[in-house]
Amino acid sequence: MSQQVAEPKRAKEIFASIQAVFPDAKLEYAKERRLKISVSPSSIRDVSKFVRDKLGFDHISMVSGVDWIAKNQFEIVYFVETSLKPGFEDFVLAISERIPRDNPSAPSLIDIWPGADYHERETHEMFGINFEGHPTTKYFLLPEDWNDIPPLRKDFISPGR
Amino acid sequence: MTTEVTYEPEADRIMNVALGPQHPGAGHFRIQLWLDGDYVVKAEPDPGYVHRGEEKMCEYRNYIQNVPHLERPVILDSSNILFPYALAVDELMGNKVPPRGQYLRVIMSEINRIISHMYFLGIMGMFVGHTTMTTWGMGDRDFWIDIAERIGGARVTFAYIIPGGVRNDMPEGLKERALKTCDWFEKRMDEYEKIFFKNPLYLERTENVGVLTAEDAVKYGATGTVLRASGVRKDVRKDEPYSAYEDFDFDIPVLNSGDSWARSYIALLEMRESVKIIRQAFKNMPQGQVRLKLGPQPRVPPGEVFARTEAARGEMSYHLISDGSPRPYRVKIGTPSFKNMRVLPHLLKGVHVADIPAIYWSLNYWPVEADR
Amino acid sequence: MVEVQKTGTFQVLVGKLNEVLQEYIGDPVRYLANWGRLYSLWPVHLETACCSVELGAAAGSRFDMERFGALEAFGSLRACDLLIVTGTVTRKLAPRLKLIYDQMAEPRWVIAMGACAITGGLYFDSYNVLRGIDDIIPVDVYVPGCPPRAEALLQGLVLLQEKIRRLPSLKGV
Ligand code: SF4
Repeated sequence: MSQQVAEPKRAKEIFASIQAVFPDAKLEYAKERRLKISVSPSSIRDVSKFVRDKLGFDHISMVSGVDWIAKNQFEIVYFVETSLKPGFEDFVLAISERIPRDNPSAPSLIDIWPGADYHERETHEMFGINFEGHPTTKYFLLPEDWNDIPPLRKDFISPGR
Repeated sequence: MTTEVTYEPEADRIMNVALGPQHPGAGHFRIQLWLDGDYVVKAEPDPGYVHRGEEKMCEYRNYIQNVPHLERPVILDSSNILFPYALAVDELMGNKVPPRGQYLRVIMSEINRIISHMYFLGIMGMFVGHTTMTTWGMGDRDFWIDIAERIGGARVTFAYIIPGGVRNDMPEGLKERALKTCDWFEKRMDEYEKIFFKNPLYLERTENVGVLTAEDAVKYGATGTVLRASGVRKDVRKDEPYSAYEDFDFDIPVLNSGDSWARSYIALLEMRESVKIIRQAFKNMPQGQVRLKLGPQPRVPPGEVFARTEAARGEMSYHLISDGSPRPYRVKIGTPSFKNMRVLPHLLKGVHVADIPAIYWSLNYWPVEADR
Repeated sequence: MVEVQKTGTFQVLVGKLNEVLQEYIGDPVRYLANWGRLYSLWPVHLETACCSVELGAAAGSRFDMERFGALEAFGSLRACDLLIVTGTVTRKLAPRLKLIYDQMAEPRWVIAMGACAITGGLYFDSYNVLRGIDDIIPVDVYVPGCPPRAEALLQGLVLLQEKIRRLPSLKGV
């Protein structure tokens, strides 16, 4: 992992080009091969469109959710890669947004990255986050008769514990 | 006398069929199909029969206790699902894995790739009615399992790649045996090619079936063999050489047709490359330690990482968050099968019912891995 | 009232005949039936979790389950008489497992393979996993391991055959 110590030049460049258009984008971390930015839920659709069309991040890797119970927030992270941009094959961009825990609702990005479809369905049922614009809310991995709070929330205690 | 001819209303012609979970062509998985005669109008995967809540369990165990249960979701390929986990924890802790440990990780990962691909080809043979490949695949797999067993100590669940290196060194005399197996296997793969891949019946059943264009593959987020069979050159081993992969000389096979045949044939090409890597790794194996001493309950500094590796089926990624406590705050596993699942409804649209097994299994979909 | 003489010669004769029939004709028939069942076990093709890889290996050419008279059936489960539960049963699968068991024709047997099918195993604290399958279906043979080696599964199969050989009644239950 000797490359990781190098100055994250490419990450800084990408972040600068995003921030030029969206000044409210915040840098979470920049490493040699990784960049994480956080944006507000209202602008995530525009940022994602920009990132896909202008920067070439067209391939979604996964969508992850995090329950920050102490801050009363949910975080949704989209990890995207590129298959177009030469020289950036090893680069993963993470776009995150934070939404309040009491009214968890975020815009769906499946028209921008259709591959995010099942990832969002999973995040929906595991955290109870409502993705506006997602065509279905059917249970996916959980049993059809699940009647507890969503299992990956921090206040859900596994029955065996 | 006139007889009135009545037609069924259009809507009634569509029949809803569930394929699975008890079905030879589905495994622990269900596909909801809407059929119009012999054609599939719409297909919807219905996973979750093996959802075991791995990600929640990770939050109850410390970083070392997480090792054994994390390899269960993809038991065929158990080292490759632990590999990114180990990389993630290493990155957070700043571990410098000794070179011999890196090489052993690569060897185990490649052996597992072969084991997994052999299983895949065996079942592929079963699905298209080519029993020879089934018995060959299941039988020849065991020669590699024997080698892995001598390194890792178990038949399929090795828990071998752990944070800080690998669990133990390889036994003496393994190198000769492994190189012999490599020789034999290389000859054997030519036979697979002749008997299975060039078989006219197999070609008939899989060529131009379930064609996935490169555009769609990227759009739906496919990874691994599915993506490369559609002509997109993307392999984490080359793109982002982790561990010792930059030391080896190997190719990334890419095919352009994107049909079921290409998706299965690429497995054979990848096994050829894996054998190459295993040979080089045994030949150039450095001496020294195989792991760092971490203790049973390592302290991981707070932080967040995204680590990925190339598993047999595609990109295996972890999103790991540590808050400084002995247990991870959040572990999200992005498995290749889950990523490839979105391709299935797209490919099944408009195909014959008889083509479903050939398309479904060519995606190398392993339900346990997708459900976690 | 006519008193029936219980020790009459006739009754004794009938009793003797019954014994003879049971011992020398009835038992061979039962023995024959069980012998037939013994070597034609058809497991249902139901994979529930990761142990199915070892079932696949056991059915493959190295361990060759078929030489013990069990061959995985790809036809209808109505024609099957053995259910090998290969691992974890989740809450979503549990009703289906029960349904599959109910659809099988008698006599039928169940092998619980792997720690997960026996007690929940590694997943004892998971929110979606059943702690053992014997709550929903009766189990004949437990094969411990995680996953059990293919040899262990074969041993379980031989144990089950031993059990079938000693079945007391013709009906097989
Ligand atoms: S017993 Fe082990 S191998 Fe078998 S299903 Fe359970 S976790 Fe998987």
